[in-house]
Amino acid sequence: MREARSAREGPAVTAWERFADSFFNARVAAEYLPKIVDGFWLTVTLALGIVATGLAAGLALALVRSLGLRPLNWLIVFVVDLFRALPPLVVIALLFFGLPAAGMQLSGFASTWLALSLVLMAFAEEIFWAGITSVPKGQWEAARSTGLTFLQTLRFVVLPQAVRLTIPPLTNRTIAITKGTALASVVAVQEILGAAHAGVSFSFNPTPLTLGALAYLVLFLPVVVFGRWVETRFAWRR
Amino acid sequence: MGWEDFAAAFLNLAIMREASPILVQGLVQTILLSLLVVPLGLIGGTALALLSTVRHPLVRWPLMAWVDVFRALPPLVLLVFLYAGLPFAGLELPAWGAVAIGFFLNTGAYYGEILRAGIESVPREQMEAARSTGLTGGQAMAYVVLPQAVRNVLPDLISNTLEVVKLTSIASVVALPELLYQARQAQSVTYNASPIVAAAAVYSVLLWPVVRLLSRLENRQLAARR
Amino acid sequence: MTRPIIEARGVHKHFGALHVLKGVDLVVAERELVFVIGPSGSGKSTLLRCLNRLEEPSAGSIVVDGIDLLDRRTDINAARRRIGMVFQGFNLYPHMTALGNVTLALRKVLGLPRAEAEARGRAALERVHLADRADHYPGQLSGGQQQRVAIARAIALEPRVMLFDEPTSALDPELVGGVLAVMRELREDGMTMVVVSHEMGFARAAADRVLFMADGMVVEEGTPGEIFGAPRHERTRTFISQIERT
Ligand SMILES: Nc1ncnc2c1ncn2[C@@H]1O[C@H](COP(=O)(O)OP(=O)(O)OP(=O)(O)O)[C@@H](O)[C@H]1O
Ligand SMILES: [Mg+2]
Repeated sequence: MREARSAREGPAVTAWERFADSFFNARVAAEYLPKIVDGFWLTVTLALGIVATGLAAGLALALVRSLGLRPLNWLIVFVVDLFRALPPLVVIALLFFGLPAAGMQLSGFASTWLALSLVLMAFAEEIFWAGITSVPKGQWEAARSTGLTFLQTLRFVVLPQAVRLTIPPLTNRTIAITKGTALASVVAVQEILGAAHAGVSFSFNPTPLTLGALAYLVLFLPVVVFGRWVETRFAWRR
Repeated sequence: MGWEDFAAAFLNLAIMREASPILVQGLVQTILLSLLVVPLGLIGGTALALLSTVRHPLVRWPLMAWVDVFRALPPLVLLVFLYAGLPFAGLELPAWGAVAIGFFLNTGAYYGEILRAGIESVPREQMEAARSTGLTGGQAMAYVVLPQAVRNVLPDLISNTLEVVKLTSIASVVALPELLYQARQAQSVTYNASPIVAAAAVYSVLLWPVVRLLSRLENRQLAARR
Repeated sequence: MTRPIIEARGVHKHFGALHVLKGVDLVVAERELVFVIGPSGSGKSTLLRCLNRLEEPSAGSIVVDGIDLLDRRTDINAARRRIGMVFQGFNLYPHMTALGNVTLALRKVLGLPRAEAEARGRAALERVHLADRADHYPGQLSGGQQQRVAIARAIALEPRVMLFDEPTSALDPELVGGVLAVMRELREDGMTMVVVSHEMGFARAAADRVLFMADGMVVEEGTPGEIFGAPRHERTRTFISQIERT
């Protein structure tokens, strides 16, 4: 990782020139920009995949849990707790480095997607479940007393209220977990960080990392600002 | 694949036993690392939260930009930048140093947001009441406002701390020999997944009580919001 | 007396070790208004909730409008839309407008198309004098208005029976009148009603029959005049004098 350490001696130039030449080197930037852009789209694809599967699976688990089948609920709580306790990188390592021992090879992309989806599923289930249980019993009773079925009550009365309540925590958690896509670089996926890091190794220049950091800011800064907006928009008047 | 093959590949007790000394070393490093980065993050976060009480736009906007930038950058990106990028600028950080700075920046921003929300949740009148008894602004903040702020956002603080402890696993990427790094070493030497399974078990057993506690606190918090 | 619309016999209810209903009989004729009074914890709400099976009775039989509610083969959701219920806490859906609250079951249980459901919903709101509040959310309505929307939600389904569980006890005194007025109009239109409430004035003026419950049993029943004027049981007497003092 530290190829650059001995390569930094140069002619006598000012510190700023050397800094700019290292971190904002136009020639290197032009050369590696396409790779970073490819990495950008890979990150976006990975992130969207994780958000879609993670949230859907989390909601599904919460709905199953609301049926109140004891042994099944214990299993759900166990899985949820497990993936809340495990560091995402450990899950990725288990899938990517561990599964081959079982004769199963997942690509780095698939490992990251699956691992982070499981992690998001766990957090989302917990949040959805808290939302569902926070809808007062009277809402269930009123709806059932007009003849709505269990599922209709869940769908039209309980979930809309639960979802509204869960949007701020869910948004923040989803953002935090999708940022974990950078972990895919550890299992050789050429997403933004992977591409940037490879660029540094080839060019002996840190400019690709600067580009990579900028790419992350372009991608996630609007998302973080959006999260801020969601928090105030859905803030609950007390 | 039968159960026995599976057990041999993932739950190989002989290999786990063999790897246990270095896994224990890794765990010690993980704990030390947590003891370093959590306080660092809290210090950074408290500083940011206190600064955020200054309403002046020249403080407010740069502060918000700072916090959002470090919340937008994935911590691993920050870490790689510090460890593999900065040497080009003549600044060679040891792995510990890079991790410490990276976590200070990233975790501090998160703790800062949480503590800011906590401070804002304490009614203004509390500060005024404290000032009216002759306490200085700093004293009122330290003895009256901050304790209430911390209590109001305690679940979020615990939750963030859990995430920080889990996040220390990314230090393995810069070859800091914490738990995951050691497990990976053992796995690559033995060609067996059991050390990683063992590390995962250590993480989940140690952190499980915190997860349980949090899930209770969060349920209560959400229910109280209605 | 015309034919009974509610026929509950020997209803028992246990909550674990707690024996809450100890063999209650309740027979209500068509167009009758039955009032249920009794001390807190005597099982009034539980009885009412058994009548639409929000609570599962432990023993006994309940037949409403010819449907055996406790028969496993009964489609409970179809039965429930013929039994309207109004709750103490209104239980309006906060994410829907007044009209949305009223039309939800019309669309999802009766399967009416939206336009038809809305026409019927507006008519129901008209009956509780809230036609002009159709597009308001519960949070924008007073407690009394919310309870009237809840009544509209129930009557829009054209139930054969209406159950009221302390419909006015969560309301500020000045809002009670509007709700009682709506209930009185319902009665005049011939609705069969079972009302748990301590509104004595309303009971005197509108009830056909008053039941006094204590400890999970019906202690005494009679016309309002009998129960309020000349209660036969000591417990009834004590209870009546207590609520009349407040
Ligand atoms: N779901 C439940 N689980 C356990 N006990 C219950 C439940 N619902 C009611 N009870 C108990 O049953 C008894 C009767 O309750 P119920 O609500 O029917 O009384 P009530 O006559 O309506 O009283 P109130 O005038 O206070 O509304 C009470 O002791 C109550 O605590
Ligand atoms: Mg009651």
